[in-house]
Parts: sequence; structure tokens; C-alpha cells
Amino acid sequence: MSRVEIMTGNQAAALGARLARVQVVAAYPITPQTSLTETLAQLIESGEMQAEYIRVDGEHSALTVCIAASTIGARAFTATSANGLLYMHEQIHWAAGSRLPIVMCCVNRGVGAPWTIFNDQQDSISQRDTGWIQLYCRDNQEIIDTVIQAFRIAETIYCPVMVCYDGFVLSHTLMPVEIPEEEKVDAFLPPYRPHTILDDTNPRTINPVMFADLRANAEGILCDGYMEIRYKLEYALKGALKTIQDVSDEYALVFGRDHGGLIWEYKTSDAEVILTGMGSIATEATIAADILREKGIPAGVVGIRAYRPFPTEALIRALKRARSIHCLEKAVSYGFAGPVYTDLRAALYGSECDAQMQDYITSLGGRDIQPSTIAEVVLNRIKSDAFDGRFREPIWINCRTE
Amino acid sequence: MICEVIWHGRGGQGVVLAAQMLAEAAYRHGFRGVTATPTFGPERRGAPVIASNRISPEPIRTFAQIRKADLVVVLDESLFHAVDILGRLKDTGVLIINTNDAARYVLPESIHLFTVDAVGIAQRHHLMREGAPLVNVPMLGAVARASELVTIEDLAQVVKRKIGDDHLSQNLAALEEAYSGTTMRKHG
Repeated sequence: MSRVEIMTGNQAAALGARLARVQVVAAYPITPQTSLTETLAQLIESGEMQAEYIRVDGEHSALTVCIAASTIGARAFTATSANGLLYMHEQIHWAAGSRLPIVMCCVNRGVGAPWTIFNDQQDSISQRDTGWIQLYCRDNQEIIDTVIQAFRIAETIYCPVMVCYDGFVLSHTLMPVEIPEEEKVDAFLPPYRPHTILDDTNPRTINPVMFADLRANAEGILCDGYMEIRYKLEYALKGALKTIQDVSDEYALVFGRDHGGLIWEYKTSDAEVILTGMGSIATEATIAADILREKGIPAGVVGIRAYRPFPTEALIRALKRARSIHCLEKAVSYGFAGPVYTDLRAALYGSECDAQMQDYITSLGGRDIQPSTIAEVVLNRIKSDAFDGRFREPIWINCRTE
Repeated sequence: MICEVIWHGRGGQGVVLAAQMLAEAAYRHGFRGVTATPTFGPERRGAPVIASNRISPEPIRTFAQIRKADLVVVLDESLFHAVDILGRLKDTGVLIINTNDAARYVLPESIHLFTVDAVGIAQRHHLMREGAPLVNVPMLGAVARASELVTIEDLAQVVKRKIGDDHLSQNLAALEEAYSGTTMRKHG
């Protein structure tokens, strides 16, 4: 029988990793990720989890250890936040380029300078173009379920997955979480089979320097050059759209919980005003939608769960009836706009969805946002007569801007 | 309806654990939506610390800061000099104070004031840590008396799960004594 326990997001992530039978953990503590790695260390030390916890000198080494472990066929897991994630940056590219199915939790935190330990999503967003799948969780139940799903997705298509959730907001808030049954998880997630078997009787070089062009091997067969290998990574990420959805659907059948796969919707069937965002801000937006409905505005929420690959088709389907779309974002592409707005505007351009769009930057460095405030700014925006199809500057919510 | 709770204590008093135990007990009681949240950020021993709960029949969908709570629990009454405690309590909210001098508190009549001498109870049951009385479990007993969020039985089950055998019987006795020793202010 599955059971419900009241736990933090970090505990949920750690239990997810244990249920996924992770074999190697290498991580370096950083707020707000710390209690996740502490929980894993305890589980491994007590023997409840059969894995090796490899202590490292920093995040770059943590991911390097995971790369090595994954290469030789071990299921590897790590977790970090903010500047720790940035310190990994070189190896984040390397893991994806090597097509290693590593799963990493990014416990989202604002990036220094100036220092903040509090939540926004600038850290994972800044790793957007590395070739990792990025999934954003809206509550602690979704965290435990997504860590398990992430390994299944990663090992199906040989791409690493970043499971992102909001630091403190979820990582340190306790809420009820149903713990999946071990036997069901084992059946759902078969053992990891590496794409390359290392064999000392048949030694090989992995990731040698590539030449620009295709090159014939000893048998005269033309082998991929750098560009083909990079195209295959892009092709795999695009294919991941189906894998993420399929894995989510199968998970829902087996465990009875459906987190939506690529996106999720709240009261959208008749909605003209759609709020969108990733992670806990989208959960918050569901209450804002309720408040707007009380005021007679047919509002709904489309939560984006998969940010990379970006679910263009799913979003067009979900948004085609929308008259206005309001992106709530905890990150900025400095010099332009928020990342969700940027991508969504590009994805919807020329599609059957011709909704007006407005971007909102919110909650950077943990700044509090109330659902009533979200409802208020959206209401002010849709009442504004200057709402047209042109690009407009993002609105910074709860921020002194003059 | 969501019931929002704020716990005021000092770092080291077990405020976060109290909020956690209330969430678990309320879930046992049948509330499907429970959250417990520590003050986000670094904590220091002795410094004012806040933890909070949301408790609802439906799953909780907000993680925003609680502006004005329905129920406020004060573990250390010296905090009235350091923190704007009443500023974050609804006008008709419930306030539970750990004090042995209820008469000291002159508050608007709309506030439902409950008091309990949790320090005395902790001392009688030898619930001490580093020379300071541990008042978090007694204050949970007071919450059971002052609200309909949990029963004393729900709390006893959670205390049994959370607290090691060494201090279990003292904690259970303190919980019980605080429950019966919590008094509501009478209006003249």
C-alpha cells in the first residue's frame, strides 16, 4: 500500500531518488538544496538505500562524478541550486553532449550577485541551452513523482533531465505526499542500460576531438561529425516531447496521479484570460484565476511543466481560444523579457492563437507574491486600452521601478 | 475555508517542529490540505522565529506569506516587545499566549484570547533543553483546546511518532496538562 506522509520538497526528491534505485549520488551542499543531500546521505549511511555517496570538493566535481558513473552504467543523481548550478555549467553541457541519462534536481534559487538564498528561477533558466530536459514541479507530490519519471525519460532517450522546483517555497514547505509503492516503481523503471559498454578488452576513446566534416572509419563507413552529433541531440530533445507525455500518461495509469506531461490546465475550457508560468507560481495563479472568475472574468491557468523541450504544439492547442495570455515569470533574459514570454510569443507567432500577451516579472530573490496581487495586476492589464499585439515591456510586480 | 496559523517563538524553541506536528495532526484529523512552513532563511538561536501553517479541507494552492492569521501562537511572551504579533492576527482571530499572568494582556474584545502556563508545565514534566523549558508540545495541547483543527488524540499520535522513547511519557503528560490547563479569557 502506498502511504501519505507530510514532508518537504527536498524530502520528496530524496525519496524519489531512493525509489528510483539511484546507485551513485555525488553532490555538494548549497542552500536551499542542502536537506535533500543530507537526507540521501542518511538513507545511504543507514543502508536504506543501496548507493554510493561520493563526496566532492564542489559542484563541478559532483557532476563530473555523475558523468563518470553514468558512463560506466550506474544510475546517477545530483542536486544543486543557484551558483552551484552555474559552477557546473561546463559539465552540464558535457553530460548532455555525452547523452548521459543523469537526473539532477535544481532547487531553484536566485543567482548572485548580489547574494540571495531565496527563490527565483534564474539559475535553471540560465542553463536552458545546454541540451538538458527541464521539468518544473508545482508541489511536493509532483516532485517525488517527477524524479521517478525523469529517470524513465532520461534512460529512454539518453538525455539528462533537470527536475526544477522552487527553493524554500517547496523545498522547505511540508505538505502531504503519497509515497509510491516500491514494487510498482521497480516495474515502471527497469534497470539502466548504458548506450556504450566500456570493456577493457576492447578499449575505446569516448568524446574525442571531432573534425568539422564527416569522416570515414577503417571500414570506409562515413561517421558523424560534430554537427551530426549535435543534430541528434536536438532531434532527441524534440522527440522527448512524446516521451515526456507517454511516461506521464503511463505513470498516471500505474500510480493514479496525472501531472499533465508537458503542460497542465486549470479551468481553461471556457477561459479567455489565461495565466501561465512554471512551478509554484502557476499553482498560485490558480487562486488568482478563481479570484478573477469571482469578478466575472473567465480566467484559467496553463502551467508549463516541460520548458525544454518547449511544448509548442501542446501550448497552441491549450491557448487557441485565449484572448489574452499573462506570463508570470521568476527569471529575466536581461535586455529583452522573461524566458517563457519570449518562447511562447515565438511559438504562437503565426499560429491559430492570436491572443494578446503580457509578461510579468515577479518574486525575484523570494519577493512575496499574493494570489490577490496576481489577480489585480492581470485585471488592470486587461482593462488597459493600450493592449494590442505589439511587444511591450514586462511589468515588474511588487517592485519599486521609478 | 483555509485556517492560517502563525507560530512565534525563538530559535531553538522547536517552533518549526510544532508547526510540523500540527500539520500532521490536522491531516490525521481529516484535513486534506495542510502545509507547514518555517521562516525562510537562516535561523539563529534565540532570535525571533516564525513558522506557519495552512489547514484546509481542500489541498493548499498558495505558498505566499500569511498576512493576517486566524490563529496566532506565542511561545515566548517577551516577543511582544520585539515583533508586531497583533499586526498579523485577524481582528476576530484566536491568540494563544504562553504566560502565567493572563491579566497582563489588555487586548481588543474581538480577539479570542487563550493562555496557558507552558513554562510551568514543561518544568513540572522535566521538559528542558540546555536549561530552557521546552514549550512547543504543551502549546500544541493549547491549540487543541482553542481550535477545532485537531484533537488531543490526533496530537498524541503525532507526538508518539516524532518524539523518542526517552521523553515520550513526559511529553504526552505535558500535552494533556496543557490541554486541560488552557483557559479562555472571560469578558466582564
